[in-house]
Amino acid sequence: MKQTTFTIVQNTPLAEGIYRLHLQGDTTAITAPGQFVNLKLEGFYLRRPISVCDWADGELTLLYKVLGRGTEAMTRLPAGTRLDVLTGLGNGYDMTLSGDRPLLVGGGVGIPPLYGLAKRLRAQGKAVQAVLGFNSAADLFLLEDFRALRIEPVVTTADGSAGLRGLVTDGMAAAGPYSYLYTCGPEAMLRAVWQHCGTSGQFSFEERMGCGFGACMGCSCRTKYGTKRICKDGPVLQKEEILW
Amino acid sequence: MVNTAVTLCGIRLDNPIIPASGTFGYGYEFAQLYDINMLGTFSFKGTTRQPRFGNPTPRIAEYAGGLLNAVGLQNPGADAVIAEELPRLRQVFRKPVMANVSGFSVEEYAETCALLAAQEQVGWVEVNISCPNVHGGGAAFGADPKAAAEVTRAVRAVTDKPLILKLSPTAADIAAVARACQDAGADGVSLINTLPGMRIDLKRRAPLLANGTGGMSGPAMLPLAVRMVYQVYQAVEIPIVGMGGVSRAEDVLELMLAGATAVGVGAANLVEPYACRNIIETLPDVMLRYGIHDLNDIIGGAHHG
Repeated sequence: MKQTTFTIVQNTPLAEGIYRLHLQGDTTAITAPGQFVNLKLEGFYLRRPISVCDWADGELTLLYKVLGRGTEAMTRLPAGTRLDVLTGLGNGYDMTLSGDRPLLVGGGVGIPPLYGLAKRLRAQGKAVQAVLGFNSAADLFLLEDFRALRIEPVVTTADGSAGLRGLVTDGMAAAGPYSYLYTCGPEAMLRAVWQHCGTSGQFSFEERMGCGFGACMGCSCRTKYGTKRICKDGPVLQKEEILW
Repeated sequence: MVNTAVTLCGIRLDNPIIPASGTFGYGYEFAQLYDINMLGTFSFKGTTRQPRFGNPTPRIAEYAGGLLNAVGLQNPGADAVIAEELPRLRQVFRKPVMANVSGFSVEEYAETCALLAAQEQVGWVEVNISCPNVHGGGAAFGADPKAAAEVTRAVRAVTDKPLILKLSPTAADIAAVARACQDAGADGVSLINTLPGMRIDLKRRAPLLANGTGGMSGPAMLPLAVRMVYQVYQAVEIPIVGMGGVSRAEDVLELMLAGATAVGVGAANLVEPYACRNIIETLPDVMLRYGIHDLNDIIGGAHHG
């Protein structure tokens, strides 16, 4: 973990209630896709944890969804704003377990960290497949970014207005065989994916957090291997350790 | 040059800054961020005789002046703290630590205190009779002078190490509870623990925290803490560890003027991981700005006549 200052380069809407925040600053503490950062916002006591979508030397991309007053305030931050950020939080995905044909399954605002993962798995030459679930056509985002990685995602929408009508589990049935699974999304989705998943895999969870770095025990969960903190021991848990 | 050293129940602190229990784990996470030997000491995570998972999530909510927590005393239990956490702490912290103890019966308080006080690394035992997030224990003992005295006597019987009773702002008369602890053998008192509050989720039309209520902490608590430390200082002779909403060096001076010998820092650690280091580093300059050369000169300094 590192505390550092990032400067906003761009903060633009991508889809209904989804924004892309492009920042410049020190990204050296980020070591794996699936990690997150914790942003200090003027006027709010707790920081806002946001998953890392992508990063490079000095560049950080976050995608966030407007869910409450904090994320609503974020939409009004202009370019040039300096943000106090804790970076490199959480364990992130372990790419060494992917095998040759990993499947990435994301739902809604759980999709952004999977983009950073897909990019790095593609750089290793892996045949990455992706199933991306949304509520409707108005919510679609990041599809072109996946295509630029030469991944044609299987899209599902709950109302059938784009791609397959149904849930990501319906999309999983439409995907080819896979060697390993990586997923991120709402808990009900993760649970359904867990039940459908025919291989081992890694599941990224979300929880309300106090500190984001393991001090307050605000986000604890039970696992087969004892109590874990989503912020510090997670957010990524192994399929085999999850207790629903 | 200024003097920041104070003496808490016979043990010297290089400075009065003590990260508060529940915001600093067992020290390890913060030791990865900065040298925690710069602290006066710290009070480790509230420990019970048996391991506890604590409350279901969500355990955390926010309000304009801070946060609410309903962690519910999650901890690995006294045996694991002794076998695993304290040896790990020894690698990164060479000062006496404050052991924070909670319980659900007088017997449990005594048993856990005896186990932890026997550890060489433990300098003080802070006895939490004010946790608002568990049922059938915690705050029930701190609400009433008689019950507080009963716990104090029981823990006094098992150790000679300094005992600091941690008090609740929900007590009808916190000065009376403090006096009862003093009369039953306490070496000090710490105050205030969090204040029970609630947030309601407008979308779900239900309490935001799974536990319903949670303890309020953060800057909004400072005036309440200052008032209560001020009142307790007039009622007891034993030292006070003042805490509640402290986030900067000025707040430390304010609580000391009200009567605190040492000062706990809680919620601030969670949003600003370097909060205690920043306070300790800025303290000498802030002291000089107010003409203070020795912190010992200002303890209770706001009481006149």
